[in-house]
Amino acid sequence: MQYLVSVIDDKVDPGRDDREPLISAFNERLIAAGHWVFAGGLADTDAATVVDNRGERPLLTDGPFVESKEFLAGVWIWEAPDLDVALELATEASKVCDRKIEVRPFL
Amino acid sequence: MSDLLPAADDAAAAVARAHRAEWARLVGSLTRRFGDLDVAEEAAAEAFAAAVVRWPTDGVPRNPAAWLTTAAQRKAVDRIRRESKRDARHQEARMLQDDTPPAPVGVVDDDRLRLIFTCCHPALAMPSRVALTLRLVGGLTVPEIARAFLAQEPAIGQRITRAKAKIKAAGIPYRVPSADDLPARVSGVLAVLYLVFNEGYLASGPSTDPVREDLTAEAIRLARLLHGLLPDDGEVTGLLALMLLTDARRAARVREGELVALDEQDRATWDRAMVAEGHRLVRERLVAAASGAPPGEYQILAAINAVHTSARDVRDTDWAQVVALYDQLVRLDPSPVVALNRAIAVAELDGPEVGLAIVDRLGPDLDAYHAFHATRADLLRRLGRDTEARAAYDRAVALTGNAAEAAALTRRRDRLT
Repeated sequence: MQYLVSVIDDKVDPGRDDREPLISAFNERLIAAGHWVFAGGLADTDAATVVDNRGERPLLTDGPFVESKEFLAGVWIWEAPDLDVALELATEASKVCDRKIEVRPFL
Repeated sequence: MSDLLPAADDAAAAVARAHRAEWARLVGSLTRRFGDLDVAEEAAAEAFAAAVVRWPTDGVPRNPAAWLTTAAQRKAVDRIRRESKRDARHQEARMLQDDTPPAPVGVVDDDRLRLIFTCCHPALAMPSRVALTLRLVGGLTVPEIARAFLAQEPAIGQRITRAKAKIKAAGIPYRVPSADDLPARVSGVLAVLYLVFNEGYLASGPSTDPVREDLTAEAIRLARLLHGLLPDDGEVTGLLALMLLTDARRAARVREGELVALDEQDRATWDRAMVAEGHRLVRERLVAAASGAPPGEYQILAAINAVHTSARDVRDTDWAQVVALYDQLVRLDPSPVVALNRAIAVAELDGPEVGLAIVDRLGPDLDAYHAFHATRADLLRRLGRDTEARAAYDRAVALTGNAAEAAALTRRRDRLT
């Protein structure tokens, strides 16, 4: 199964910003174990633009689609045989990133 | 007597017996075979419905379990065929499910155990775990579960449906956890069973019976099942013993709609068989502890209840032993509620003044907890501080959700001068 693994940061109580080397090492292990499909960190939510073209003409909005204290800081896509394996990796990922992790299955 | 019963009654009793004995095993083996909790639940329910119709006319089969398994598998295959016409891709996925007996991956391999761990998976919310466990392992119907928790049937039905959907979509595995994960996962299962038991033992709704026998009985049945599957797990044994020693006092616990405190209970009405079984389990764990297996919380709580149920009269209670056990429990669980219960035992051993001093220090943490005010009120009453006792009883009555407890507290308050 594939899981979208979201790294969640908090504006009021952000995670530490010295995590890069640890995350790289963790990614190496994900690749070696065959779990790694994709990984990417995201720029600040201020850099987001929302496009809505459901109406007559496209509407552009500056900023994220929802303003919240918590926000998406990065994502992984993992391959794992079941949720227990994904949750075990996510437990490690949360320590490595010093942030909360959401694990969500793809359809 | 049973010879005189008409055959239909015999058959109905046989169905009920088979339901108690075989439901979980049936759902468990169907889930492994068809890889789908929905299919398993529905097929098992249909097999029992068929038994209700067939057994009175055809006679009770010599091997009811085999009859039910065959009937349920046929129902499951029918459903999958029906669905496969609608959704070929789905069918393909189902056919990938393993049909052969599983290779033992966990410590103990049993379909019922797999089912329990799946229903009590930590990725499910606690109310979902409770509803799912009662439905799929306990075999309770949705209306029965709704009644037990004073919830609406559609709400419970939806909760179970959603939980099953999450298990499927998120890939929650159907297996016994590895030896490394087992203690944590077992403790999650025990939390579910203890919650069911406590809801039965001290029902929180104002309009319910103060003790819900159906829920305590079901919790004990499930704990027995788990104990049968994991006989060497000390905490499983401990929880079963704790439930037995608590439930043994049920008949003495409510009198004329009022909750009766331990020191005022008629000990002759305690269930002796349950007490004996509980004591036997506690002794079993004491032997294990002597050989170096440190007891967990349920085992200590069971031991405390064993001390209480060993005393013929409340005055014979070995309070020093109770306090020593609470000291042990506080080390494992330094929560204010445990400290409060320890203070009650200390008050018996060293006097109400010493107990009250400990209780008063817990005020900031427990101000919203009815038992804190009830305990304070009793200690203040014993110290003759009636005005303060009255105020504390008032707080306790206002905070408790249990009508029988409120009645008992009100009576104690009104006895003050």
